[in-house]
Amino acid sequence: MCLVELKGSPKPVASCAWGVRDCRPGPKGEPPEVFTKTPMVRKAREGVMEFLLINHPLDCPICDQGGECDLQDQAMAYGVDSSRFKENKRAVEDKYVGVLVKTIMNRCIHCTRSVRFMTEVAGVPELGAIGRGEDTEITTYLEQAMTSELQGNVVDLCPVGALTSKPYAFAARPWELNKAESVDVMDALGSAIRIDTRGREVMRILPRDNDDVNEEWISDKTRHVVDGLRAQRLDQPYIREGGQLYPASWRDAFDAIAAKVDTTEVKRTGAIVGDLATVEETFALKDLMTRLGVVNLDCRQDGAVLDPAWGRASYLFNDTIAGIEKADALLIVAANPRREAAVLNARIRKRWRMGAFPIGLIGERADLTYRYDYLGAGPQTLADVAAGAHEFASVLKKAERPVVIVGMSALARPDGAAIASLAARAAQVGGSDGWNGFSVLHTAAARVGALDVGFVPGAGGRNAAQMAAPGALDLLFLLGADEIDIAPGAFVVYIGTHGDAGAHRADVILPGAAYPEKSGIYVNTEGRVQMAGRASFPPGDAREDWAILRALSDVLGRKLAYDSLAQLRQALFKAHSHLRRLDQIAPAERADIAALAARGGTPEKAAFGRALDDFYFTNPIARASAVMAECSLIAEGHAALTAAE
Amino acid sequence: MLADKDRIFKNLYGLYDWGLEGARARGAWDGTKAILEKGRDWIINEVKASGLRGRGGAGFPTGLKWSFMPKQSDGRPHYLVVNADESEPGTCKDREIMRHDPHLLVEGCLIAGFAMGAHTCFIYIRGEFIREREHLQAAVDQAYAANLIGKNNVHGFDFDIIVHHGAGAYICGEETALLESLEGKKGQPRLKPPFPANVGLYGCPTTVNNVESIAVVPDIARRGAAWFAGIGRPNNTGTKLFCISGHVEKPCTVEDAMGVPLRELLDTHCGGVRGGWSNLLAVIPGGSSMPLIPAHDCERLLMDFDGTREFKSALGTAAVIVMDKSTDIIRAMARISYFYKHESCGQCTPCREGMGWMWRVLSRMAEGRAHKREIDMLMEVTTQIEGHTICAFGDGAAWPVQGLIRHFRHEIERRIDDYSANPHPEPVRVAAE
Repeated sequence: MCLVELKGSPKPVASCAWGVRDCRPGPKGEPPEVFTKTPMVRKAREGVMEFLLINHPLDCPICDQGGECDLQDQAMAYGVDSSRFKENKRAVEDKYVGVLVKTIMNRCIHCTRSVRFMTEVAGVPELGAIGRGEDTEITTYLEQAMTSELQGNVVDLCPVGALTSKPYAFAARPWELNKAESVDVMDALGSAIRIDTRGREVMRILPRDNDDVNEEWISDKTRHVVDGLRAQRLDQPYIREGGQLYPASWRDAFDAIAAKVDTTEVKRTGAIVGDLATVEETFALKDLMTRLGVVNLDCRQDGAVLDPAWGRASYLFNDTIAGIEKADALLIVAANPRREAAVLNARIRKRWRMGAFPIGLIGERADLTYRYDYLGAGPQTLADVAAGAHEFASVLKKAERPVVIVGMSALARPDGAAIASLAARAAQVGGSDGWNGFSVLHTAAARVGALDVGFVPGAGGRNAAQMAAPGALDLLFLLGADEIDIAPGAFVVYIGTHGDAGAHRADVILPGAAYPEKSGIYVNTEGRVQMAGRASFPPGDAREDWAILRALSDVLGRKLAYDSLAQLRQALFKAHSHLRRLDQIAPAERADIAALAARGGTPEKAAFGRALDDFYFTNPIARASAVMAECSLIAEGHAALTAAE
Repeated sequence: MLADKDRIFKNLYGLYDWGLEGARARGAWDGTKAILEKGRDWIINEVKASGLRGRGGAGFPTGLKWSFMPKQSDGRPHYLVVNADESEPGTCKDREIMRHDPHLLVEGCLIAGFAMGAHTCFIYIRGEFIREREHLQAAVDQAYAANLIGKNNVHGFDFDIIVHHGAGAYICGEETALLESLEGKKGQPRLKPPFPANVGLYGCPTTVNNVESIAVVPDIARRGAAWFAGIGRPNNTGTKLFCISGHVEKPCTVEDAMGVPLRELLDTHCGGVRGGWSNLLAVIPGGSSMPLIPAHDCERLLMDFDGTREFKSALGTAAVIVMDKSTDIIRAMARISYFYKHESCGQCTPCREGMGWMWRVLSRMAEGRAHKREIDMLMEVTTQIEGHTICAFGDGAAWPVQGLIRHFRHEIERRIDDYSANPHPEPVRVAAE
């Protein structure tokens, strides 16, 4: 369909593959000319269009792609109103390719975009074309489910309705939907997304282009977590009485908290921020806690040893995601980018495909979709590399832009500080002057923002693990913190969205807003400040988290000094000016890495573990999603299958 | 008729030893070193001067093609790829070379490889060719054993030949699809540019030549360009293997001079058309993808590139398919269409969808089960395919249908009239197949 006329060429040429360099100048040396609207072009495109349509079913009224179909659009421009094709149309059996992608193969026009995506970008060549000519069929060969974490993208790529979203099948029409631009929170990349809602309900999530972060892809978790936003929602406050949670009014819930706050020592009060919180609510919570005099604050539920006091560079992905493409060597320490940041993994693979990109991995072996040198399992190997004793150190030394990715499973250990220091030293083995390749790969969307506003223990304060320990505290505020087990004893106030671990443990539940239901700032793993837009509203009596904190502060007699989100943001920007610059990364000090490298420490011998046990179950929203559960089951089955081989 | 002394393929019928000794006795591997010593440019110029045009179908001047290869390597190796994927229906010339005179090809590879600085040659042989591959592989092994090729061979030019067996897809005879297939991918043509001479096999400069084009090179080099250019007509020089099949008394593959009149070709070598020249209906001069030429034009048809072009056809692979008046010409073309429908790789939309459409319409027309207006529609469909695809497959499939409509429209119309006059002569048997 991209045929254009080239002056002097008897045949139309495919503009998508024809370089300007390939255009020949005219006989007298005049510059080549390309025509896109001549009768010849029109005729050629109409011809191709007719061929595309002869075997394409006329089922637009029942096709999920209807209204956003490339073929429909092209047919509007180049289609003819009637068909000359009197033969029978081709019929193709539908294929099973997994729980996320529905196939109606009659509609396939054999563009092979899905095959190319899976092979080239996702790096999991599970889709292919079998047969030849008009008998070509796109399939997973043995009709097994695809295993890529990026498979949902083939639905976007499919120009027709052959591959559509299975969970979204027959759910809505594109023209019924309201579209809001937002930022994903399922991992720490902050992929740009578009949230489509109908009424109050989030119908689907699609990627937006953002070349700095996700290009045009998003992971399956980002895309298909939608049904998790409907299930298990907390839509009114609860108070636990006699071991049982009872619905309560906001007033009663606040009074219960106030009564507890009044009778509890400040020293025995604490607050933990979860993985999905916006910067604003984290800031508001810190503000409230500071006013109460609480120093037991933490945002690192997993126990990651990262400290704003070490400087901002010590906890950022300093190389930047787009910077991967310019890197010339990569050392992955205790991370599985494919699981922890699937889109980032596609970027690494993209760089790897360009060639001349040595990759080393220390930690657990995994299929990362690209080849790497497996250096070792534990900190000792890292120490060798950092000391220059390992042969990979010479690779890093030769590189101008070596990148060292440090995963959470390395930092969330008791010896995390020593490992961070080693990794910082490894990052300084090579690289030109001013290069900073020390890159922390976070798994929690809220983490960098919370570290930026300093939500860590104050002087003499306890960290998350200490707060969760038996008998440590009497009162604990959880802002969406579900990934931590709080020992019995403490009175827990849970502000969150889903009936997950935190809510089960809570004594008072204050229902909050999930990420599509509030506007807020997230800082991704690179330190890029991004604003998530509001697409919908919290269910029932649930409120936006910052508003809950503001109302609670009033009841507690420590009124926060902002009455609107705008005012809150002003206060936030005043305290942390770099958060003002949306979509940008405030430069981090390279010297921080040198300081971190100099900190030293002795790591333990134990091999690195993994940060995520299950890619599909990393947060309360995903755990509430039936689709994610299905995906997880398939992934488990696949893992068992490959293990059996 | 070509004089015996001018024959290049002296063992075309396998009457003599096909091995190294036999080939040497027939003159192969004679003075090869001396030829190489004359230098790359001399060889290329000699081939250019001989006027040799590619024998694979398109008829592109071979010497010119070789000169597109970079003179100096930029670090990438150069490759010579020999297209032995002879799948064009009606064509059976390369297989005769490979099973009866393989050393001509092996020697040609060495000279051609030397001329373009390629130290490695791949011969991509058609999947169905079993004996041919065995003989060719044996010939290559003999040449290795005799140190004619390989590392540190007697010619002083390191040269490896790898015989690769295809899987029997027609489209893999297209040069870029062949390269894809050779790389282990699905055989689908690449868009050009970049041309293989610049970015070919594994991204390196590559020249793809037909077996016959390569096999005649040693003789050109030995006997001189003037000898080769002296045979045939200007722009259509040399000798050519003609594969005559169909309704002749003695179908055969024969070497003759370019530009031989068709009638002479058939009468001299094949014992004439079955039932006499007046029984001739039409001829497809160059393999199934070329338009047919009706009998009244065949009288004046000269079998070379320009001679066939005069009648809006092409020489192609010089596979002459002769059809006498007993032929159901519409069914014949429908069958050819079916072949193309089956072999379309499916990459380009017009070809993928158009082939099936053409075949279905033609098979209805063969029964007469069609409308007359569909004849024009079919013609238009062929023009929508022709020139709108990556490779020439689409053209090659459209041309026979165009030829049919151009010359036998009256026959199609008659068939349709007959059918509409008596639509159901017999009860329709559905489950016959």
